[in-house]
Amino acid sequence: MLHTVNKSPFEKNSLRTCLRLAKRGSDILLIQDAVYAALSATEWTEMMMDAVNEHRIYVLEPDLAARGLSRDRLIQGVKTVGYDGFVELACRNDPVQSWL
Amino acid sequence: MKFALVVNEGPYQHQASDTAYHFAKAALTAGHEVPRVFFYHDGVNNGTRLTTPPQDDRHIVDRWSQLAQEAGLDLVVCVAAAQRRGIVDPDEAKRNGKDTDNLADHFRISGLGQLIESAIQADRLLVFGD
Repeated sequence: MLHTVNKSPFEKNSLRTCLRLAKRGSDILLIQDAVYAALSATEWTEMMMDAVNEHRIYVLEPDLAARGLSRDRLIQGVKTVGYDGFVELACRNDPVQSWL
Repeated sequence: MKFALVVNEGPYQHQASDTAYHFAKAALTAGHEVPRVFFYHDGVNNGTRLTTPPQDDRHIVDRWSQLAQEAGLDLVVCVAAAQRRGIVDPDEAKRNGKDTDNLADHFRISGLGQLIESAIQADRLLVFGD
């Protein structure tokens, strides 16, 4: 299953809920404001470092760039993908769960 | 692979429609199919031809219409959500006694059955909303 999360953890608890319920080894893609979750040195970094050990965490790079953020701000182990990578993740996983 | 997309938010106030559009483009570029995009709730506002953004901004409505023309996407607007929000095609305008219609090119008004049908026929269903 591919999980997509679109809200910043500073705003909503959907990412935390997703991480609590996702099976170990899931693909989790952070899009839109959820990209803020993958930044290092925030109050969510510790939770995300645990998440990186349990799952494959991806960030949609165009959404990161749209918010003026660069890859060097990301927690180690978080991967970036473009929309082509988003499509690939959706192909590899059935179903796709959008955490709205 | 066949992708069905659902857009639940309006243009210019939420990124849902933009993300769905870029996903659809990328999927088509990679050789996949996007047979239908279903616009539900405030997402129906993606289907008004009266939208006129500033020239230096993306035209979200036209962009969908163009993609539908190029790639044959079926852009379906939920009828009940559309009526509440004043999105009408010529038939609905006539039926409800309105003096004009505003549904954009390559969009059509239909019902939730179309959403269920896409969910059954597509390999993946992706929902873009708030």
